[in-house]
Amino acid sequence: MRKNMSESKAARRNGRRGPLASVALILIGLVATGGAYAAFSSASATASVDLSSPAVIDEGQKLFAANCSTCHGQQAQGTENGPSLIGVGSAAVDFQVGTGRMPMQMSGPQAEQKPVQFTDEQTKALAAYVASLAPGPAIPSQSQLEGGNVSNGGELFRINCAMCHNVAGAGGALTEGKYAPELKGVAAVHVYEAMLTGPQNMPVFNDLNLTPEEKKDIISYLTYIQENPSAGGLELSNLGPVSEGLFLWIFGLGAIVALTVWVTAKSN
Amino acid sequence: MAKNESGKADIVPANNAEATGTGVVAPDAFANPGLPPHRPRVTDLDPKAAKRAERTVYVLFYLSIAASVFAVYAYMFFPIEPENVHSVRMNTLYLGLGIAFSLLAIGIAAVHWGKALMADKEAVDHRHPVRGTEETRARAVEIFRESDEESGFSRRTLIRNGLIGALIAFPLPAIALFRGLAPMDVDPNNELKHTFWKKGMRLTRDPQGTPIKASELTIGSAFQVIPEGLVDLPEHEMLDAKAKAAVLLVRLKKEDLNWTSKERESWSYEGIVAYSKICTHVGCPVALYEQQTHHLLCPCHQSQFDISNECAVIFGPAARPLPQLPITVDAEGYLVATSDFTEPVGPSFWERAN
Repeated sequence: MRKNMSESKAARRNGRRGPLASVALILIGLVATGGAYAAFSSASATASVDLSSPAVIDEGQKLFAANCSTCHGQQAQGTENGPSLIGVGSAAVDFQVGTGRMPMQMSGPQAEQKPVQFTDEQTKALAAYVASLAPGPAIPSQSQLEGGNVSNGGELFRINCAMCHNVAGAGGALTEGKYAPELKGVAAVHVYEAMLTGPQNMPVFNDLNLTPEEKKDIISYLTYIQENPSAGGLELSNLGPVSEGLFLWIFGLGAIVALTVWVTAKSN
Repeated sequence: MAKNESGKADIVPANNAEATGTGVVAPDAFANPGLPPHRPRVTDLDPKAAKRAERTVYVLFYLSIAASVFAVYAYMFFPIEPENVHSVRMNTLYLGLGIAFSLLAIGIAAVHWGKALMADKEAVDHRHPVRGTEETRARAVEIFRESDEESGFSRRTLIRNGLIGALIAFPLPAIALFRGLAPMDVDPNNELKHTFWKKGMRLTRDPQGTPIKASELTIGSAFQVIPEGLVDLPEHEMLDAKAKAAVLLVRLKKEDLNWTSKERESWSYEGIVAYSKICTHVGCPVALYEQQTHHLLCPCHQSQFDISNECAVIFGPAARPLPQLPITVDAEGYLVATSDFTEPVGPSFWERAN
């Protein structure tokens, strides 16, 4: 959005673009806004789907057979290409499908986050089907996600999460092309489900390790650091010494070099 | 700058080459271009430009005064309030900007003054050989010899040796003083070889200090672990002890663990293993655990350890596998250590056996 606006401003300033350019830009802007809104609302809306109703489970089974069974097997028993889903629970399905990681686009170091492929109802139906196979971790309710103790959450985050996800939740590299994703902008429910189920190479933090109360604290901490600007000013993506060093290297040293050139140059 | 004593004009004197004799002197490929002509500045020719430069310089000095006053103002009107981190940011930002600009403006104004307004006379200092003349060199040697004779430094050996000895002895108190800064009551070697862990001590969660039951670890779980009773220590001692005793506890499928001996296998419990989190390279905390590959990654220098093979080093600069904490369960089902680590944790040190 912001990019589009600045582009149209630039076009107006130098006045070299044709009259159709502004129309096209407005169209692009509208489509981007609409698309983003649609993606956002489908991801965040919490549809009240009854996960235990036979009709929903039936719907989920059909979706599963059509979209997931190639890799996970007709009965979700797992194949050479994908793990068994028996006992992973509705939380795992809601996380993997709800963040767009599943269905997987291609094999690689890890399943990447991409645009969500199913509507919220379809995701819930899939979750209901997988949950009906065997008991497993369930999707948390809204009350499990809000109002935790931020300071306790911060301490728990630094001990259990920060080594991979960075102390500010900016993400970080793992081995052989894998990485811990950035946590900014991840829905609270997905953070909770990830802790509960340990997707891909993330370890499991079950309720006996981090209690539901402690998970709520961690989520509250993540919400807090997203809503409150950094006390240090410009954060440079919170990537630490690399981005900060690069910034100083270019701008700090650049200023010193420029000043040195000016001091030693002859006055004209 | 010293003037060229020989009075010769420009090039390196030819007698230098004659003095050494054997050097090959290549003829100069380029003619000496001489000095560039003197070019007057704009401020020398145009009184308006001079006036402008003058204005720039004094405006910068006045701006510097304003910036200094602003720094004082910022210090008073953006105070650091307790409990408010943003007040620290505003305080340091405006104070720093004020001080930095006041000094920078003085510098820029002074340089601009010198470059644009002060007298523009060009003078040339020719290069001359660094080596002194033969007479100077001979006189220098002579001075040393005379001093030696007059002081009797070589002749009066008792005095000379006394002086050398005194100078050597002088820094000794400093060594004793600095040695006193090291811990005297404990043996550092012993400190490095042992941790807080003891036989029968329960494994507890970091930071809560609550004990962990074996049944609480599902496959793929990772627990950050500290020894029982660590949280009750005074803070400084607690941190000292934690720096050595931190443990990562994970559960794998039993068949995913490979052991070199039955004894080593007995250090685990039903696929639950506990490894020191202190990297054997330079001691960073290793806790980036990948539950599918069972790899542990050290974030500092990318050493990788394979938990399925007794934490063997599979990549990076680490010297040894991470030490394993032998564990079992007690009568109540809680995980306990069966001993301290069997080797020193963390990086190599002088007295370490291997």
